[in-house]
Amino acid sequence: MASGVKPRVKVPKSAAAGDVITIKTLISHKMESGNRKDKQGNVIPRSIINRFTCDFNGANVIDMTMYPAISTNPYVEFKAKVDASGEFKFTWYDDDGSVYEAAKSITVS
Amino acid sequence: MKITRRDAVAMGLGATMVAMLPLRVSAAGEEAVMAFTGGAEAGEGDITLTAPEIAENGNTVPISVAAPGAVEIMVLATGNPSPEVANFKFGTASGGAEVSTRMRLAGTQDVIAVAKMADGSFIKTARNVKVTIGGCGG
Repeated sequence: MASGVKPRVKVPKSAAAGDVITIKTLISHKMESGNRKDKQGNVIPRSIINRFTCDFNGANVIDMTMYPAISTNPYVEFKAKVDASGEFKFTWYDDDGSVYEAAKSITVS
Repeated sequence: MKITRRDAVAMGLGATMVAMLPLRVSAAGEEAVMAFTGGAEAGEGDITLTAPEIAENGNTVPISVAAPGAVEIMVLATGNPSPEVANFKFGTASGGAEVSTRMRLAGTQDVIAVAKMADGSFIKTARNVKVTIGGCGG
């Protein structure tokens, strides 16, 4: 597991039914592209988060495939439609098999 | 100024190089677009790609792409060592095909966004981004 991986997500605490809300996510990860070389000229192996998904009450919001061209500490901002209170589940999949998770609930009135 | 034979040969070579460079770069991007669309032609449409005109640091270039009604969006950087940047699939709870992220750019190049619409058609847009410091190491 890459060290110091910390997911952060920002979801509004409440919304009205049918609202479209903006969700911001950031996860600290070095996203080693596999193109860089170290001082000895050896290629540093690729180590990135290759997939990110967000689900709301079991329904998929976004499923993103990431490539090495995504910056260090990948940041994603997207929209979700909320009809009822529930929980957002965020999942990041690392190249090394690690899975990082976060969850945030929202109250919909 | 008199043009010698040597000058003429050098100029000819230079012109060939210039002509070949963009061709080679766009070929990789073109292939990736084809792989995404399955050979279908991507037309014009309601798709917006927002990126800075000049990016000082190629390591983090903020981009956002919006294509109302799209089910999937792919972003490509034609001048990177590998053109793929990201692929976004929008699910049933999505609030619209609109997403922002940060990407790496190796140098000044065209960034392309291709969207797959709900009816299976494809639309694309491109934007040129000038990069002062490349972001892919080297």
